[in-house]
Amino acid sequence: MKHLIKSLFISLPILLSSCGGDDSAKKEIKDPIKKSEKKVEAVAETSGPNYGIGPIAKGDVTIGDAIDTAMAEQGKEVYDKMCTACHKPEKKFIGPAPKGVLSRRTPEWVMNMILNPEQMVKEDATARALLIEFNGAPMANQNLTKEQARQVLEYFRTL
Amino acid sequence: MKAVFFINQNQINTMKFPFKIIALALIGGLFITSCGPSTDDVKKDMRGEGALSSDAAERVYVKPGEYDEYYAFLSGGFSGQLAVYGLPSGRLFKVIPVFSVDPEKAYGFNEETKPMLETTHGFIPWDDSHHPELSQTDGETDGRWIFINGNNTPRIARVDLKTFETVEIIEIPNSAGNHSSPFTTENTEYVVAGTRFAVPFQQKDMAIKDYKGNFKGALSYIKVDSVTGHMNIEFQVLMPGFNYDLSHSGKGKSHGWSFFTTYNTEEASTLLEVNASQNDKDYIAAINWKKAEEYIKAGKFKTMPGKHAHNLYSDETHSATSEIIDEVKVLDPAECPGLVYFMPTPKSPHGVDVDPTGEYIVGNGKLSADLTVHSFTKMLKAIEDKAYDGDAYGIPILKYEAVHAGTVKQPGLGPLHTEFDDKGNAYTTFFISSEVVKWKVGTWEVIDRKPTYYSVGHLMIPGGDSKKPTGKYLVAMNKITKDRYLSTGPEVTQSAQLYDISGEKMELLLDFPTIGEPHYAQGIHKDKVHPKTTKIYKLDDNHHPFAAKSDRDTKVVREGNIVHVYMTMIRSHFAPDNIEGIKVGDEVYFHITNLEQDYDVPHGFSVLGAQNSELLVMPGQTETLVWYPKYEGVIPFYCTDFCSALHQEMQGYVRVSARKSNTELKWSLGED
Repeated sequence: MKHLIKSLFISLPILLSSCGGDDSAKKEIKDPIKKSEKKVEAVAETSGPNYGIGPIAKGDVTIGDAIDTAMAEQGKEVYDKMCTACHKPEKKFIGPAPKGVLSRRTPEWVMNMILNPEQMVKEDATARALLIEFNGAPMANQNLTKEQARQVLEYFRTL
Repeated sequence: MKAVFFINQNQINTMKFPFKIIALALIGGLFITSCGPSTDDVKKDMRGEGALSSDAAERVYVKPGEYDEYYAFLSGGFSGQLAVYGLPSGRLFKVIPVFSVDPEKAYGFNEETKPMLETTHGFIPWDDSHHPELSQTDGETDGRWIFINGNNTPRIARVDLKTFETVEIIEIPNSAGNHSSPFTTENTEYVVAGTRFAVPFQQKDMAIKDYKGNFKGALSYIKVDSVTGHMNIEFQVLMPGFNYDLSHSGKGKSHGWSFFTTYNTEEASTLLEVNASQNDKDYIAAINWKKAEEYIKAGKFKTMPGKHAHNLYSDETHSATSEIIDEVKVLDPAECPGLVYFMPTPKSPHGVDVDPTGEYIVGNGKLSADLTVHSFTKMLKAIEDKAYDGDAYGIPILKYEAVHAGTVKQPGLGPLHTEFDDKGNAYTTFFISSEVVKWKVGTWEVIDRKPTYYSVGHLMIPGGDSKKPTGKYLVAMNKITKDRYLSTGPEVTQSAQLYDISGEKMELLLDFPTIGEPHYAQGIHKDKVHPKTTKIYKLDDNHHPFAAKSDRDTKVVREGNIVHVYMTMIRSHFAPDNIEGIKVGDEVYFHITNLEQDYDVPHGFSVLGAQNSELLVMPGQTETLVWYPKYEGVIPFYCTDFCSALHQEMQGYVRVSARKSNTELKWSLGED
């Protein structure tokens, strides 16, 4: 697996090398690479809500009307420790910002993405689209328990 | 070993000669009839593959993605390390750094593991590792730890088989050439460590020629804590100035005793090749360690100087500590009746091996053509009857006839080591005649013999020195490979050979190369180890004093010219990845925590101009690399272990300014 990835990416520097310009002498440097705006929205869900693939099945998660603040606080603690290396709460970073995620995804999908990212990015169309959108940065499996993932979900509701 | 080297060379030449004649005859046959064997077949015959059936390949083939049945731990000899292979495939899985530094794993290079190699002589980057020994419970290998000796600067190491890392090293005082080590007792109460060289006790400046009677040999009993595995030198037995070659502990009925071979009972200090081979018999020393415990309890010991280092690694701090212990308890056999007896054994016995029942003690007299076996029951009787043949320095010498159980007559030349199977057979290596010989315990008859290529030293059967040997595979470890592999110049690979021992006759299945020079080895079924291994270190359990367990903890702290960088790594960035305000002449410590909590996601780190090594940090672990920036500039660092599709992007910069500059100390990741 590792070797396959290695051989794929050996070719990358060759492609990139032609893009650099020798602009070091100029005071103001314009980015010589044209940027194209990426589309933020993931794949359209054609056949109803997507619950993702993993240990959380449809209906496994009950979301209360009010936010469980105690649970959300525990979730923040887990999030700060295990997730902040790649996710800022309200700003796109290595991965997407969790703020408002429940307006875009089902709770089940979010928890499956936390608990089962390897299979999700391979087999879930939305997760795969997100992986490509985020330059191939993989969602790390931080081996959270189901309970911790549920707490993190509750924390996301407070953002 | 060296003493018999010349004989061995001649033996190989004389041995090869008949092969050549046969080969020539066969090739000659080719010209006469075209139906003879192909030259390839002839070559195969010369290389010992002979009638080896093609299904040998199937028997060592492990399909891609499948597991080997056994782990084999082969000592790395003069590499100082311990290598882990699979059996029957012979595939190499890991080289565990033990006594030698390893830049690949930063062992001895990062700040955390440097204390592991501390001794009373200071930091030592190398040793010569000889004999791995698995921990045992009730005489059976239990898969918890494996011990191995450092021969040159006497030390014993303990490797944890959950992590396959060296977690403890204890130095052995009053010892020199720590060879008869580390052999375990039945429940890993102790591992023993015997000195190969006799030395002045205590060490002092004296004339070498005054050796006789003045030098001593210390045999150390290292207590192993049954829960933590922590080692301490419980006591030393102060023996006469012989050379103590190898050891094995009693088991079953002989539990409570250990056996050490001696050579140079002549007490020669020069030209040992000749002078240490004068006596017709040397001794196997039988030590009653349960009796020793009684003497210790009764206060019959002397507390003597015995400065030694004790180094311990913690999986919680991911760091090692080193302390110096000043004294040891010493028992003098002359003052402790019943503690030690000598069993006369012909000629310079090398290995001493105890059969699975604990009854038979095999003395592999390396300059003898016979193999001598003693009986434990007879030994007890001889002690009871005081069947003595005088004494040596106050230690009773038991009458040879009174302890002798039997002799395997003329099985080969130069017996070195014996292991056992589960069917009452023993297997002995013969160095000079390059072969493994199978014989029956009790009847002493030779059942089978197979050549090795060449000059076999130790052999290993998984569990073969325990109460429960297996009966499937035997690994022979050779001292010479010569023409067995593609040549790599004057220095050629070291080698092991795998034999199938499940049938009446042994079958050679496989040659495989090894690291360093393999001496002894241990083998264990995969089910005792594989399911119990650590996959990741939990971040919650990381108590490294410089750990940054989340991005909140990342920072750069200056204390004079010492700078501590608290850095994290995760796929695929470092935090921080831009650092400014470092100055020429600083001592910069990169304390890097891998925040991953998933299996097999290590990250590496190195920085241009680092004079030590890379770091290879496992998930949840913290490691530290010290770096001395010498020039102003913007210096890159990067991840050295391909970690993700964005691995090549996992990099950063340190800005190094002049010593007197005012560049502000700052650090960042991204644009914030």
